[in-house]
Amino acid sequence: MGQITLNAVRKCFGEVDVIPSIDLRIEDGEFVVFVGPSGCGKSTLLRLIAGLEDVTSGGITIDGTDATELPPAKRGLAMVFQSYALYPHMSVRKNIAFPLKMAGMTPEQQEAKVQSAAKVLNLTNYLDRRPGQLSGGQRQRVAIGRAIVREPKAFLFDEPLSNLDAALRVNMRQEITELHQSLKTTMIYVTHDQVEAMTMADKIVVLNAGRIEQVGSPLTLYEHPANTFVAGFIGSPKMNLITGIEAEKLGATTIGVRPEHLDIVDSGGWSGVVGLSEHLGSDTFLKVGTKEVGTINVRAGGGITLRHGDAVRLAPRPGKVHRFGSDGKALS
Amino acid sequence: MATQHSRLAARFMVAPSVGFLFVWMIVPLVTTVYFSFLVYNLLHPERQGWAGFDNYYYFLTDRAFLTAVWHSVALVVGVLCITVVGGILLALLLNLPFWGQGVVRVLVIAPFFVMPTVSALVWKNMFMNPVNGMFAHIAKGLGLQPYDFLGHAPMLSIIGIVSWEWLPFATLILLTALQSLDSEQQEAAEMDGANWMNRFIYLTLPHLTRAITVVILIQTIFLLSIYAEIAVTTGGGPASTTITYLVAQQSLYGNDVGGASAGGIVAVILANIVAVFVMRMIGKNLDA
Amino acid sequence: MARKSSTPAKVVVTAAAWGIGFLIFFPILWTILMSFHTEGDAIKSPFEMLTSPWNFDSYAEVQTRSNYSLHFFNSVVISVGSTLLALVIAIPAAWAMAFVPGKRTKDLLMWMLSTKMMPAVGVLIPMYLGFKNMGLLDTRTGLVGVMTLINLPIVVWMLYTYFKEIPGEILEAARMDGASLRSEILYVLTPMALPGIASTLLLNVILAWNEAFWTLQLTTHDAAPLTQFIASYSSPEGLFYAKLSAASTMAIAPILILGWFSQKQLVRGLTFGAVK
Repeated sequence: MGQITLNAVRKCFGEVDVIPSIDLRIEDGEFVVFVGPSGCGKSTLLRLIAGLEDVTSGGITIDGTDATELPPAKRGLAMVFQSYALYPHMSVRKNIAFPLKMAGMTPEQQEAKVQSAAKVLNLTNYLDRRPGQLSGGQRQRVAIGRAIVREPKAFLFDEPLSNLDAALRVNMRQEITELHQSLKTTMIYVTHDQVEAMTMADKIVVLNAGRIEQVGSPLTLYEHPANTFVAGFIGSPKMNLITGIEAEKLGATTIGVRPEHLDIVDSGGWSGVVGLSEHLGSDTFLKVGTKEVGTINVRAGGGITLRHGDAVRLAPRPGKVHRFGSDGKALS
Repeated sequence: MATQHSRLAARFMVAPSVGFLFVWMIVPLVTTVYFSFLVYNLLHPERQGWAGFDNYYYFLTDRAFLTAVWHSVALVVGVLCITVVGGILLALLLNLPFWGQGVVRVLVIAPFFVMPTVSALVWKNMFMNPVNGMFAHIAKGLGLQPYDFLGHAPMLSIIGIVSWEWLPFATLILLTALQSLDSEQQEAAEMDGANWMNRFIYLTLPHLTRAITVVILIQTIFLLSIYAEIAVTTGGGPASTTITYLVAQQSLYGNDVGGASAGGIVAVILANIVAVFVMRMIGKNLDA
Repeated sequence: MARKSSTPAKVVVTAAAWGIGFLIFFPILWTILMSFHTEGDAIKSPFEMLTSPWNFDSYAEVQTRSNYSLHFFNSVVISVGSTLLALVIAIPAAWAMAFVPGKRTKDLLMWMLSTKMMPAVGVLIPMYLGFKNMGLLDTRTGLVGVMTLINLPIVVWMLYTYFKEIPGEILEAARMDGASLRSEILYVLTPMALPGIASTLLLNVILAWNEAFWTLQLTTHDAAPLTQFIASYSSPEGLFYAKLSAASTMAIAPILILGWFSQKQLVRGLTFGAVK
């Protein structure tokens, strides 16, 4: 079980309203990702759920019971911290066993659970080492091990991969996804990296300035961003957001076209000059200065040979243009 | 960043420390203030009542008071000058590469760990004694008349002894500060054509400013309360009594509790003037 | 400094540094040397003393003529006892200030420090009278109490600076793992801060060992630590240099050894973290 509901949760630090008011329902077994730029309140929200911070007003229920006033230890949640927060003076075995010791289990029970967790996480050979003797990825696994032995109602991850190098990050991302598939426990995952959000989540919650901008599956957010913020945040390279006459022609204040939805055409469309071209082999990223819509990003196929200074004509693919009103919200 | 639970717990955790220190500071201090306004003489228990500011008046107008203030200032300023200048020079020397740095460091720091009564007695007897002291032996060896340091120049002798005790402290702190000096910055200055003197004046000295301030302020606090060195070497005497010693003497051996209390409060006020500067400085540093 | 220096320069610096180091250390060295000679030889000229026969007579005499071991025991009880007591009171306070800082935490720390700066003479009379009334004069209990309070601000400060270096996330992890506050401090914070706690202990034992105001004022014999015992040599009868040297050597030896271990922490502790 692991169903979490936030009711009008509000958090102020002194005078600053970090989270004005949030309502959210997280279903049992879901993998939910909180994503947003730094300072958007996503980590604070996670800490509120964990009980490491008090809500200023509103309520949190876990599996139907009110957990608003419960201390972290009593909420039955486990957390993996950005810095891993391993106990440096304890061996890996003791680190993983610590929550079990706190729960008053016998040493035999602890050992059995540690062994099975170590097996899942490939840590069996490292149990007697100290965290300081482990690599970043191994430390990450220990932190996860410490979380899973508690058999929590939900796992909370606070930017757990941000301290790893790029290659390891992709691996750990897959491991966490696989872990979720085998445990089927609710996971709440905070990140500022929209790629992590898109690849891992069942449900993405996009946050900005303490407000939820949109909640939905990765593809929903990609295909139907609710507003210009989500449109600009989700997707890489970023969606081109265009204002002015070209937008007004379509009856909108702003129109958005993803770089991958711009086609290079022989005639018509917007004419421009290539400013920068990056050939990655599989793709070619172009920065094109146009007369009509300013500088826009284009993601073209790998075989394109355009270079700096070449003239080019671009046309948005029909049906892939997003229209937004003056309030930034999507127009249907 | 915390919850109600932890904030409440924090209050309970701080309470004993705060409570003990509060009682330790306030109760005796208030009592002293109270005594200082009383006619309270152990030899004349029948005379009682309020003294108003009389005790302060007598203490402040006593000639011993002004002399004691002068001695306190001389002690503090003298020791500070010697230890700061000596400490800078010594730290600069010890910061250069040489063989046996660890051992020399240990030798230099040693006097700081010697208890004040021991250092005072060792200096008084084994070195400054006009008959059997090391200095007397050296003087005799050179065919000179031995000098009675503590007899003829008690304040200077005490300043010398206390400087020996505190030079290690100043050196150690300044050396620590020197070691955090950015060597790339020094090298950049060298590339820019700054010579040794310029680098010392424009880079090293500004870098040491904070450490020097710390040394001055913290030493001042300790130096103002120097007691054992005077008690052991000269036992007071008009030529070497500082404020602290004067008040302690009056408190313990005099019978005028009221007068001694007034002296104590004066000492507190004088020390507080210094303390304000120390606190400001450390306070500024607290968030950094 | 990555800079290389020429060998001749290094030789000069080495000679100067060793020379000055020797001069500064000399009074201590001389005291130690003198303690191994007889009273008669001790007052002879330095050269004659060094060439006179070496022996342990002075040590033996100090032991038999005065109750040296009592005073040594008092010093240990007072310095270690007061520091441990201060640690027990200060660890929770430092935890609170380092990990649950509030608006007034800084003021509180400064206030604690300010109690340290109050001159002892200002409160000597009430303390003395109070001790007298409570029968605490010349008792170890009384002195341990006073030294605890004298050390407490420094202990809180030092622990605070050490605790601040421990990431709060680790304590939060312990909280998430179901640790109570007691377990959090006992199983996570204290072991992690052990080096810092040890330095704090060391420095404060040294400070308390050498404290020479209250120990001189509030004790006479029974509870007198070594500071008071040594001070009794200031008005001696007869020849006493060798005995004074032996007693002094025994009084400072343990603390010199401890002190050499704690030089680095000393800077930090005595400047309240202002110089690192």
